[in-house]
Amino acid sequence: MFNTDTLNALRRLLLAMADDHLIIGHRNSEWTGLGPILEEDIAFSSIAQDKIGHALGLYSILYEQLGEADPDTLAFMRNETDFTSCQLVEYPIGEYDFSLVRHLLFDVAALIRFEDASHSAYDPLAKLARKVKGEIKYHVFHASTFVKQLGQGSEESKARMQSALNQNMALALGMFESFEGEALLVQQGIYKGEAAIRTAWLGEVGAIVEEAGLKMPDAEKLEPIYGGRKGFHTEYLQPLLDEMTEVFRIDPAAEW
Amino acid sequence: MNIQSLDPRITRLGIDAEEKNPDQTLQREEHWETYQVFHQKKRGEKHSSVGVVHAPNAEMALLFAKEQYARRGETVNLWIVNTRDVLAMNYDDYDVFSTTPEKMYRDPAGYKVNDKIAAYKKAQLDV
Repeated sequence: MFNTDTLNALRRLLLAMADDHLIIGHRNSEWTGLGPILEEDIAFSSIAQDKIGHALGLYSILYEQLGEADPDTLAFMRNETDFTSCQLVEYPIGEYDFSLVRHLLFDVAALIRFEDASHSAYDPLAKLARKVKGEIKYHVFHASTFVKQLGQGSEESKARMQSALNQNMALALGMFESFEGEALLVQQGIYKGEAAIRTAWLGEVGAIVEEAGLKMPDAEKLEPIYGGRKGFHTEYLQPLLDEMTEVFRIDPAAEW
Repeated sequence: MNIQSLDPRITRLGIDAEEKNPDQTLQREEHWETYQVFHQKKRGEKHSSVGVVHAPNAEMALLFAKEQYARRGETVNLWIVNTRDVLAMNYDDYDVFSTTPEKMYRDPAGYKVNDKIAAYKKAQLDV
């Protein structure tokens, strides 16, 4: 029912979303065992697991409906330059403040994407979105509760939240890098489009940041860090892929 | 020299490795209160007590409860109650209950009218 150009744009959209979720999921799993308190350790790991699940759902659509390779091959056998994840997700976990603010900025965008996708004219995406958007709503609840808590906490926690926010902002704006054929998808009601998602995101993040007593950096004055959607990455992605695929590559045909 | 642990949470406490009895006084932010968690499986069913979480406030307690007590199985709702707000009886007063098990007349199964009800039901069936 969709023409070739539309299907190719759809592949780009799904791959970018899947790669974002896979990489942030893997990154956040690095907090397992190191979380600031036991309950948060469990929560962060559980959220990371959800992200890998969402990546699997998206890769599965590419495999089952759009003729791409199977999810394991897409996740574990591609080269660094084939990944179209934004650069925000590949940065090392840093201190907890950096990871927490990144988690907020990423998940507010993910929720907007998936809520919109639940009405998508592309049915497989709409079905997946309806299934998982509740999980992402919780991820946003988790991140915003923590950010508000720390933003209104001690002088140190407030300063750390503000500096993590400043540090993350240009990278986070890179989530909304446009891609070839995007307009076709918007025209046909398949998805909202990066510019519209960015606008909604700025509003929602701004409200949370304000409630946390922090100052929202001026997005208009920042140069978004683009490149990820075209396969340009920082020096941090390749080592992540090496680690993530280490076991898989020993025997890609192994039965688990 | 402070204890350097593989667990950064231990290292952060800055406990002197040489000191025999380190000062264990907790700061207010470190000494969190406990919250009782009540879990509801289906809408309309009662919320049941499932356990406790440590948290700095009720909102955070709700967040932690979601992970600790609603990570598996079915859930539609959670309640959080600060343990301080629970008015409990004193265990020393347990003797107020000591004769209750003997009061069979309060057990509906012991009502004599049960025989009459059974007879009436039988009569209805026979008609």
